[in-house]
Formats: sequence, structure tokens, C-alpha cells
Amino acid sequence: MSRHIVAAVGEIPPGGRKLVTLNGRDIGVFNLGGEFFALLNRCPHQGGALCRGSLTGLVTSTTPGEFTWSRAGEMLKCPWHGWEYDVRTGQSWCDPEDTKVRLYPVTIEPGERLAKGPYVAETFTVSVEQAYIVVEV
Amino acid sequence: MTPDDGPAQPHDREARDRAAATKLKVIDCDVHHALASPRALYPYLAQRWRDHLDRYGHRKPTPFVSSSPYPKTAPALSRTDSWPPNGGPPGSDLAFLQEQLLDRYNIEYGLLHLLAPSGMDERNQELGAALCRAINIWQHEHWTQKDQRLKAAIVVPGEDAAAAVAEIEHWAGNSDFAQISMITHTIEPLGRRRYWPIYEAAVRHGLPVGLHTSGFNGHAPAASGWPSYYVEEQHIVALSQQALAVSMVCEGVFARLPDLKVVMVESGFAWVPSLAWRLDAHWKRMRDEVPHLAEPPSHYLRRNMWYTSQPADEPENPEDLRQIIDWLGWDRVLFATDYPHWDMDNPDFAFRCRMSEAERRMIYAGNARAVYGFA
Repeated sequence: MSRHIVAAVGEIPPGGRKLVTLNGRDIGVFNLGGEFFALLNRCPHQGGALCRGSLTGLVTSTTPGEFTWSRAGEMLKCPWHGWEYDVRTGQSWCDPEDTKVRLYPVTIEPGERLAKGPYVAETFTVSVEQAYIVVEV
Repeated sequence: MTPDDGPAQPHDREARDRAAATKLKVIDCDVHHALASPRALYPYLAQRWRDHLDRYGHRKPTPFVSSSPYPKTAPALSRTDSWPPNGGPPGSDLAFLQEQLLDRYNIEYGLLHLLAPSGMDERNQELGAALCRAINIWQHEHWTQKDQRLKAAIVVPGEDAAAAVAEIEHWAGNSDFAQISMITHTIEPLGRRRYWPIYEAAVRHGLPVGLHTSGFNGHAPAASGWPSYYVEEQHIVALSQQALAVSMVCEGVFARLPDLKVVMVESGFAWVPSLAWRLDAHWKRMRDEVPHLAEPPSHYLRRNMWYTSQPADEPENPEDLRQIIDWLGWDRVLFATDYPHWDMDNPDFAFRCRMSEAERRMIYAGNARAVYGFA
């Protein structure tokens, strides 16, 4: 396992995302209202680039004629077949038991601490005044 | 399925290893190219028809006069990552199609099916014939001549059999064209005799007829009426192909033309056994109504028709699919991606059942090589 600094906190706004490659893995880092989640950019269904999909909400219904729209921006829809995944858990909506996209731990670390290492930050100059998004792979 | 904990992108690596180990090449029997703009055909249309399209447009037998039921789950029916970086709709940029499909998946040949315009469902039949000629020249110039992996279908104005045969005669013998294509939602079911001259020409020139579900005829694609939801329509297109298969069998097309090859595109194949069992049972009781059927219907469904794989039927137990293919014959199924449409199949994931190396080679390339006569 290694920890990678992927962005300064302000770089990914709420509703935004950043695609990164860590240890050869393509990963998407998402900001949901200030919380950060990192998912493998590969749909478990047929291998589409999941993290390039659109973020949408969840439409559910208990009976024909009624529906509820919820969790705006928290469901990620694969650009190929439209399979939906919960960005918070990586779970597939239609096959939650068996299909899950890999989720990586994300933490926010102050630059002051990061400057001491040991973190991988080839592309970054870490400033002690800022906070950073760190993904563990 | 869960993502691997192993090295990065395990599926890619496995696919590469497999390809390297077996040189498994893929023949993709359903690739959709597209016009960069509706005017892309204008250079190949007479001034009269350019003016006509500008002034009167297309006139089709559809109740959705100006509200074609789109989008179908995704803009242009396509993967959202398939829009070419240089502009134009999905499938309109050869270089991007090469990158996303042909090169990436080791495609030896890709069989092109243009969905729109078709020419065949124009009410104005002269315009329809002119459009078909323009489409075929455009396919030849912009696609097959630029990448020899791509093989076009001779698009014909099939509601006018004489004009359709003339179009076939114009291109037959040109190896850039591997088959003849017609829309499937037609004025009459495709087994009717008005279409037989087209099938006779196909046999004369050794060209299969590729029938990709498409076109408008004014009827609901489902015999029970118009669907309310796209999820219904997505399945109903397969039902309309079944009606088409019944028509071709029962009208005696295959009894009359034993060498005719028909490729059913994008309608699945798991339905073929049950359709055949029911038809065979009826045939035993009512054979004297259709004395031209010397053999039971199942015979023709397995002798004259081939079925493309996408969207692959996905039974809960993947092995169930093997039983269906066992019944159908392993030579009947032709792999297809349907690129760039949203429901495309990735060759590395399309079948979840076990396959021997020989079976895999048949479905992914060998069967298509035999049907289309590729060297």
C-alpha cells in the first residue's frame, strides 16, 4: 500500500472529479459536497471507463404512479451500459450483492504533515499552508 | 463479479495475454458508422435530390412525424465516451472508430450497418433509390477504401425490388461489400414474394442478406401495440425480428432458395429454439397448408439463418447459454459489438459461459469468415 497526494482540496469542487493514475491504476476522485471518494475507473460489468460517466441521482418508486428522486449527484452512471454505482460505497444499484466497484481510502491531510512524508507526490509541490487529498492504493 | 485485488487492469492484461497466446482475432458483425452531418451525402446526390431534401425533406411511414423517439437512453443511442474529439456524432470519425474499436479489440473485419438514413423507408421511392446509391458510394469512398478491415453492406431500396436488384448488380463483385442490407420494419413482412427478386440476386452473387432491426413502416414494432417505455422497445425489436423470421420461413423463401444466407443482427438468439419448437409442432399438424415447406421450420432456422451475439443473452446461470447454442449449432452465432451504441458488448466480457478454444474461435471469427467468405 502506498499513499498518494492527488490534488489540493480546492482543486476538485463539490460535484467535480479528477482522474488520476496511481501505481498503474486509473482512479477517479470525486467530491460529494465536501466529502471525497476514490473509485477504480473500470466498470465491473464490461470494463467501461466508469469514472467518465455522468453523476446523477436515484429515482425510486414504491408503487406505479409515485416516485422519489433523491441523492442528487451521488450515483455514477457508466458511459457504456448505464449501470449505476453509489459513489459512497461503490455498490451497484441493480446488483448490490455481487457487483461492486473498487473503492480506495481517501483522507484530507494538512500540507504541514505531508511535507514530512512518506508520501508519493511526484507531480506536486506541497505547501504547508494548504490541505491535500490523499488516496491510499 | 468484483474488481480484482491484483495488478492494475487485470482484464486488459488477461485479454492481451489471451490474444497473444492464441492470436485470437475478432470479426465484428455489427459496427455502426454514421454521417458526420445529414449533408454528407449531398456530393453523391443529383441537384434535383439535394433541392428536394432541402425543400421537402424525408417522408417516412411513421406516426412520429417530427418526434422520432430519441434519445434512447443516451444521446445518439451511443456510449457517452464515443463522441469523436474532432466533432461529429459517434461513429462518424474513421480515426476514432479505429482507435476505440478496430485497434483496441484486434478486429480483423468489421461489418458496417448504417442505421440512418436507410433509403428503403422513404415513401418517395425514387428518392429512396437515389439515397441508397449515395450511401453506397459514400461507404465505399469514406470507409471501406480507407480501411480494408471495414466491409460495407449494399444498402438497397427494398420496397422497389427492381431498383434494389439494380443496386445489387451495380456493386456485386466489389469485395468492399460483404452483404446486402435491408430495413426490417417493412411495408409487408420480408418473406413476401415482392422481396424475392432481392433474395434471388443475393444468391446469384453469393451475398448474405444482413437484417439489422431498423426502419419505419407505420406499424408498432410490437404486434400488441406501441410500447410506452424504451425498456419495452429495447426488447420488442427482438420480437419483431422473430416475426420476420417466421415470415421468411413460412412463406417458403428458404425452401425456394436453399443457398440464401440471412444474418439476423442485434436480436439475440436464445429465442430461436422455442420459436422453432412451436413452429415445428404447428407444421406437423398443418403441413398441408404450407406444402412448400418440405422440411420442418427448425430446419430452415438452422440452415439459412445466422444470429449475431450482441446484446448477448445473459441467463442467471451462464451455462444455460451453452445448451441453447448446442441446440442452435455452434456455427450459427456471430460475434458483434454494436459499437458505438450504448449497449455494445466488449469482446472480453460478452460471454460468461465456458467455451473451448475451438468454440471461441468459431463464434469470434470463424463462423463469420465462413458466412461472408473472407479469406
